[in-house]
Amino acid sequence: MIDYLWLLIALPLLGALTLIVFGKRIGEPASGWFASALVAIPFLMAVILAVPFLGGAETEHVFVFSWIPVIGANASLLWDPLSALMTLIVTGVGGLIHIYSIGYMHGDERYPRFFSYMNLFIGSMLTLVLADNFALMFVGWELVGLSSYLLISFWFSKPSAAAAGKKAFIVNRIGDWGFLVGLMMIFAAFGTLDFDIVFARAEGVLSVGMATAITLMLFIGATGKSAQLPLYVWLPDAMEGPTPVSALIHAATMVTAGVYMIARTAALFELAPVSLAVVATVGALTALFAATLAVGQRDIKKVLAYSTISQLGYMIMAVGLTALTAGIFHLMTHAFFKALLFLAAGSVIHAMSSEQDMWKMGGLRKYMPTTFWTMAIAWLAISGVFPLSGFWSKDEILGAAFAKGGWFIGLWAIGVITALITAFYMTRLIILTFFGEKRWDPDTHPHESPSTMTIPLIVLAFFAAVIGLWNTPVRLGLEHFLEPTFENVHQVHPLGNVTIVALALISLAVIAVGILLAYQRYGRGELPAEDGGYWAAALDGYGVDDLYGKVIVAPGKAAATWLAMIFDVRVVDGIVNGMAVVTKAFGSSLRVLQTGWVRSYGAGIVAGSLGVILWLLLQGGAF
Amino acid sequence: MTEVVLFIIFAAVALAGAIVMVTAKNPVYSAMGLLTTMFTMALFYILLDAHFVAVVQILVYAGAVMTLFLFVIMMIGVDKKEDTAETIPFQRGLTVVIGLGLAGVIIMAGRQAWITGNTAFSAPDLNGTIETVSDALFGTWTVAFLATVFLLTIAAVGTVALAMFGTPQLRETESEEGQ
Amino acid sequence: MTVTIGWYMSLAAVLFAIGAAGVLTRRNALVMFMSVELMLNSVNLTFIAAGTELGLVEGQVAALFVMVVAAAEVTIGLAILVAVFRRRATANVDELSELKG
Repeated sequence: MIDYLWLLIALPLLGALTLIVFGKRIGEPASGWFASALVAIPFLMAVILAVPFLGGAETEHVFVFSWIPVIGANASLLWDPLSALMTLIVTGVGGLIHIYSIGYMHGDERYPRFFSYMNLFIGSMLTLVLADNFALMFVGWELVGLSSYLLISFWFSKPSAAAAGKKAFIVNRIGDWGFLVGLMMIFAAFGTLDFDIVFARAEGVLSVGMATAITLMLFIGATGKSAQLPLYVWLPDAMEGPTPVSALIHAATMVTAGVYMIARTAALFELAPVSLAVVATVGALTALFAATLAVGQRDIKKVLAYSTISQLGYMIMAVGLTALTAGIFHLMTHAFFKALLFLAAGSVIHAMSSEQDMWKMGGLRKYMPTTFWTMAIAWLAISGVFPLSGFWSKDEILGAAFAKGGWFIGLWAIGVITALITAFYMTRLIILTFFGEKRWDPDTHPHESPSTMTIPLIVLAFFAAVIGLWNTPVRLGLEHFLEPTFENVHQVHPLGNVTIVALALISLAVIAVGILLAYQRYGRGELPAEDGGYWAAALDGYGVDDLYGKVIVAPGKAAATWLAMIFDVRVVDGIVNGMAVVTKAFGSSLRVLQTGWVRSYGAGIVAGSLGVILWLLLQGGAF
Repeated sequence: MTEVVLFIIFAAVALAGAIVMVTAKNPVYSAMGLLTTMFTMALFYILLDAHFVAVVQILVYAGAVMTLFLFVIMMIGVDKKEDTAETIPFQRGLTVVIGLGLAGVIIMAGRQAWITGNTAFSAPDLNGTIETVSDALFGTWTVAFLATVFLLTIAAVGTVALAMFGTPQLRETESEEGQ
Repeated sequence: MTVTIGWYMSLAAVLFAIGAAGVLTRRNALVMFMSVELMLNSVNLTFIAAGTELGLVEGQVAALFVMVVAAAEVTIGLAILVAVFRRRATANVDELSELKG
């Protein structure tokens, strides 16, 4: 069975190819089911293959074919607990999103094409997480970037969607650049890109400076994919894609790539304390920064987008604290509740005829009970209410920050404040959407979504509620599960029982405050007018896009214009034209010979033969 | 001694014919000059005991090739006298130098190569009858002979093709383009 | 004094040079063709003279082959000439100078 591990990647890619070629013929619901099956089968395979790890099975390497063996880059796959867990998340949550999309994308003109891209996304992500060397991981990394571009700009006839796709692609390229440079430095240092060799020799080969340089480069890659400061800007715009795409990108696949990559290369990060501090700080700041932005959004999907960035900040902070299990744990719980939030939001948008402004919703609780109840679970989970999944994973991260001591206590404080804001804006979202007055157009008739959409919601809600129990301080199931992967890394663990309970009580109190504040503000009839000042700035994303536009894009454009108009015309064209002028002059001088008169050519031929005869005679000694 | 006299006379006629051919303004005179040279060539062949080749020379060149030339001259106009003033710079001077040089080096080369040590034509008599020639032609040189068959066939087909399909069609397309 | 092969060779050389001069100086394509024929004939003369000198029949065989080739060349050449004349109403090769660079 393990020999067929490559099928995990091959099946979704096969589905993508089939749907691109025969999509039109396969037709509307069939292509959706087909694509879902090609994600469900890998999921089932992954479950079967992952079960032995519970009993402490060995890590497996599956060699598929030789690619560039000399640099340690083969198409060969790594099956260890971490990649197994990632595969399960990607195919499990991804598969549910596929099924949801069958209903959500109903009636779209390019329905089969959508599923083709979705399958491509799953295949790319699986390549990324299953690779056993940096080169193949980079292939998956780039493919993920490509499929995100295709999906975000899926409705490319909308200019904003096309622009958002481009933005995601370009911003990600900056991160990819960092990742690629990191890979080159790894290759320069180790002479191979194979994970096992690199991680095993890292301690002996790398100096602290080299390790810092490599890991910072890798971290630039992670900030691109995982939407951290300062490269997070693509993610809010990515909401232009269809909602299932947002769910797929932001919950299960793309954004987790950076976290996964740092966790995978923890052996390198461990050698560079400075990098780790940078990672943790950037993560914490991103969490806080994005949370403050999420408060001010009116668009339901934008709230979730900034919330994603914020939660990713937690994960990055965790891996930066070398609390790898906590980071991966939060990644997993987040995958469930964020996918659920997005899909529920999609269900709401679907019901409201594509209205996304929360100020034009309200009172939807009665019209869509399933969506409401599942989303409520997600709300409590992301806020971190005991005993839902978000509580366990978030508190494990905060506990790790606290346990590390020193100035990391500051990061813990930021995390707690972020938790407060998270509880506030999620409560705001729920109240504005499902409670209070009806504020929508009388023409819209909200209705519950079809079962292909609600069943995934219910499944996700179940997991969002209970998955956290896998790794409680009482019983560290996930930590034990991931032991083989992280056995050589010195992880930070939360402190003893008394402290952890105290910390948990603090966060619960903070969360309660957040929820109550939001209820005070939004839950009592009249809604506050939110314009001007902070609200306008938040809606504008604090003007970061404008700032980037002025500081980076405008000088870039000016440089490009200079290159195109001055440098290209004068220097590049000058060289090219100069070559042409020289050639032309040479040609013109020879052109005199090309008279067009047959007789001059004849004279040339005869004169030439005369010369040859003379030469032969001279050679023969005639003279 | 008669042989020397005959050679000188024939050579003079041959040279005269060649010069007339090259210098005459009227192409018909040129053709006549060439014809003269061809005939003297046949005479030289007889002097050299190549009887069969001499007959073929008269039949093929005088009979067929020259007739063809005359046909073509008639087709494209006899009275179009050529303007002999040279337009290409240096062409004439170059031609004189090249011509003299060519004659010189060929003679020189011949002198080098043909000192065989034999007295003149002392080799056993070679009777250039049909029999001896055809023995060689259909014996050792059969394959080459068959190749000439193909060559002639292709030439004939090519000529017919040029006459039938070549020009008129081009003309039609040209006039169509013109319209 | 006897006629040696050198005489024939010299005569052939002079005829060949005259033929070459004709090709180079005449503008009428027909006359140019005739000059080429003259050059071929002079070569034939050397073949036959050499064959007789060496007592080999191959000289005459070669001359026959040259005649065949010359005949083929003349037919094709004249056909092209006629085709060109139909199109351009000229046999002057100097006017056919489209290939001028």
